[in-house]
Amino acid sequence: MATKYDWPAAEDRSLIGKRHNRVDGPEKARGTAKYSYDRNLDGMLYARLVTSTVPHGRILGIDTSNAEKVPGYKGHVNILNVGDEVQWVGAEVLAVCADTEEHARDVAAATAVHFERLPHWVKDEDVEQAGTANRVTPAKDDTKGPDIEEAWKSADATVEGYYGLGIITHCCLEPHGQVVDWSGDEITVYASTQAVARIPADLARGLSRDESIGTVNAEQVHVITPYMGGGFGSKFNIDTWGIACAKLSKQTGKPVKLMLDRDEELMVAGGRPSDYGKVKIGAKKDGTLVAYEAETWSTGGVAGRGSPPVPYVYNNEERLSQKARHLNVSTNIGPARAWRAPNHPQAAVLTMCPMEDLAAELDMDPVEFFKKNADLTARPEVYRYEIDKCAEMIGWKDNWHKRGDSGSGPVKRGLGLSLHTWGGRPHDSTCEVRIQPDGGVSVNLASQDLGVGTYTTLSVVAAETLGLQIPDITVNIGSSRLPISGASGGSTTVGGTSASTRRATVNALEELKGVVADALEVDASDLVAKDGKVFAESDPSKSLSWTEACRKLGNRTITGQGKQPDREGGKLNDSGVGGVQMADVSVDVETGIVTINKIAAVQDVGLVLCLEQCESQVYGAVIQGIAWALYEEAIYDQATGKMLNPDMEFYKLPGAADIGELEVHMVQNKYDDRGVIGIGEPPAISPGAAISNAVANAIGVRVPTLPLTPDRVLEALANA
Amino acid sequence: MSSKNPADSPACAREGAPRKGFSRRTFLEGVGIGAGAVGAIGTAKPARADSNDPVGPGPVAITLNINGERQDLEVEPRVTLIDALRNQLDMTGAKKVCDRATCGACTVIADGAPVYSCTMLAIEAQGRRIETIEGISTEDSMHPVQTQFVENDAQQCGFCTPGLVMAGKAVSDRSSQPSMADVEAGLCGNICRCGTYVGVRKAVYEAARA
Ligand code: FES
Ligand code: FES
Repeated sequence: MATKYDWPAAEDRSLIGKRHNRVDGPEKARGTAKYSYDRNLDGMLYARLVTSTVPHGRILGIDTSNAEKVPGYKGHVNILNVGDEVQWVGAEVLAVCADTEEHARDVAAATAVHFERLPHWVKDEDVEQAGTANRVTPAKDDTKGPDIEEAWKSADATVEGYYGLGIITHCCLEPHGQVVDWSGDEITVYASTQAVARIPADLARGLSRDESIGTVNAEQVHVITPYMGGGFGSKFNIDTWGIACAKLSKQTGKPVKLMLDRDEELMVAGGRPSDYGKVKIGAKKDGTLVAYEAETWSTGGVAGRGSPPVPYVYNNEERLSQKARHLNVSTNIGPARAWRAPNHPQAAVLTMCPMEDLAAELDMDPVEFFKKNADLTARPEVYRYEIDKCAEMIGWKDNWHKRGDSGSGPVKRGLGLSLHTWGGRPHDSTCEVRIQPDGGVSVNLASQDLGVGTYTTLSVVAAETLGLQIPDITVNIGSSRLPISGASGGSTTVGGTSASTRRATVNALEELKGVVADALEVDASDLVAKDGKVFAESDPSKSLSWTEACRKLGNRTITGQGKQPDREGGKLNDSGVGGVQMADVSVDVETGIVTINKIAAVQDVGLVLCLEQCESQVYGAVIQGIAWALYEEAIYDQATGKMLNPDMEFYKLPGAADIGELEVHMVQNKYDDRGVIGIGEPPAISPGAAISNAVANAIGVRVPTLPLTPDRVLEALANA
Repeated sequence: MSSKNPADSPACAREGAPRKGFSRRTFLEGVGIGAGAVGAIGTAKPARADSNDPVGPGPVAITLNINGERQDLEVEPRVTLIDALRNQLDMTGAKKVCDRATCGACTVIADGAPVYSCTMLAIEAQGRRIETIEGISTEDSMHPVQTQFVENDAQQCGFCTPGLVMAGKAVSDRSSQPSMADVEAGLCGNICRCGTYVGVRKAVYEAARA
């Protein structure tokens, strides 16, 4: 039986699950949305970083004597000191500030840092070479399922291959950075962040480490971030530049803006680890998968980075024999940051690509092969349904052909698919909903909208609960002084914030009902709020408009509290989703250029709150996937240790003409009772594997590493 | 190198590209902005990019025509239009992202053609009719391109949006019946990292017809 906080039943939903314009859409379209980069405060100074020019070295000297003579110079703070080691090009050494942006650049240019060079390593793909250079840390075998040697014996077909994908960088269009205004004891920070509520403690901790600053309390810090220009997992912390910016503000007594330059952004403020692997996979004649074995390696900078969860999705431990070993390669490049579904896109490539190769070896249609083995996944029914749906959307039956069987012309067409999964459990969240005597309703919590639609989803939740419309609700997020809510990572925001908001709104409404019940002389439990009215269900003539109802409050404002997690009275969210994507590509075997014809995506997320914003998340994830499947890659030069393409000219991203046709289907009404589950990450996982599989299907050979640039396509064809 | 890089595609040539002698686009396409473009305001000001008299390096007085309004300001000659707009005039709609004529976030319209304001000096913008995102809507009504961006959910983080709106406006100014290929060509000098192109293409296509 539904308890009081449960989501309304399907027939009672007037807003949930429907299409809505983005609440913050007009401000963004008008260009009036204020991002951190847009803050111009009175007397504000401009800061720049001075960074390491060597990939590995020790600082011998920092000389600011010339810099201090530059017109407009206002101050500098060291981030590192003489004797400290730098481990990558672009490592932050000091921050300088001046009266204008131009002068700040002059000051930075006039600052000299001298390094003693130490040996460096930036190459990750050739693991033997990296091993010779002493850069590899092996992990031990991870073995699961039935004995793998027996499994290989029982296999009728096996495929062994090499697969991988290079390093990409987040390239948020709004770079990392902030404006800090330290005035008296109050530190106001306009930070481009995914973690509004977490930054105060982070900054206070960073500042307090500096004895000359003394102890700073998190309460002194006020973070304000109504809008931010992209994070994708890279903007959880205040970072060295945030701490330096605050110190400059204290030192100068002025607000200071420090936003990274594009090259800094690409070199040090983003980074998804690479992953490469030798994979062996085997099945019986009828297509039953029996064994998967992989040796993988990757880098995410000096510390290396986590290993991909392989085999991916198809990982039943009872029936599939599995063996995996991961090697960590340490390189002198900017450190990895979480990137939409950490390790999963890599795992998808390392699993779904060998699977498609095995299907070709078995002479099976991959759709049949992937479906046949669905019992090896955690949610066989979901995947079978989604594979069928997606196949219908892409026209698999009509357009698929056997591998390489794509005619004699130079342009070959092919289809491929991939599956994915993600948790998306809710983060902790507290919310306060206020109902005012004039009828105004506000939702208040220290969350943030990364562009995913938080303003819109919370408006929908509150409006649906109160029987109002979206414009009747004001959503206040983006300030750390509001009730604490989690950071936006791991697709946890929508589950957490929608639950705390639902609970807070229901609680506020209960209180209002109490007041209205007295006025209408009915029982509070008989009252419903719907269509802008509060009325008695047993006698709808006993009714007040929303504004009339609120006027009964006199001068009192109701405050409803809600929190997540909360075990009382209702299931509002869950974790664990599945998705399937299929790609239709054309490959010109003379030029090596891959063109996307179409990508179809099917995704379940439990209960969909805002259909249009959900779809936008999937479109965006697929487009980002097209980017790393075909275009973007951070390229490093071993001789100099530098990233060769820290700009947007040679770090390539697709434009509006490069994405083909995209079709998204959100599964609705099937899993609604699971509640809300996050959507940001899951659809970002499969595109690379699906596109790589489509290319293999088109040209008859596997292009082993992504991105599938023309040179790699031509090389694979030449080696075939 | 792949010919698929949007910024390398000839279709993406953005007219009126900037800094004489430094613009890859002007060089490639052999098109420059009409030198005789008539601004709505006087041009006989101290600093002119096309004059032979040396200016700077200190600040010089310049006059710009932005959204039909005269703006007098003092800038060092090296200051780009985007920096003048954002840092001096507090017109922060246009964004600085790549600062190198690749991403389109800084797009404004100069004498009817979209330009990258990060690659045009402020002093060069004198005598030109500059339209920015701030100038195409009023308090009560948005430009059809803006309305369609909202209707088609053509935005996520929104940081690329002002640039794409201006590029889209230039498409719709040029034709009321652009094909989807025209729309894509007009937009492909702009990058969106969040991946909003599906909505953006539809928005511009529909706005032109509105
Ligand atoms: S900022 Fe001007 S094109 Fe990117
Ligand atoms: S909406 Fe974020 S970059 Fe385009």
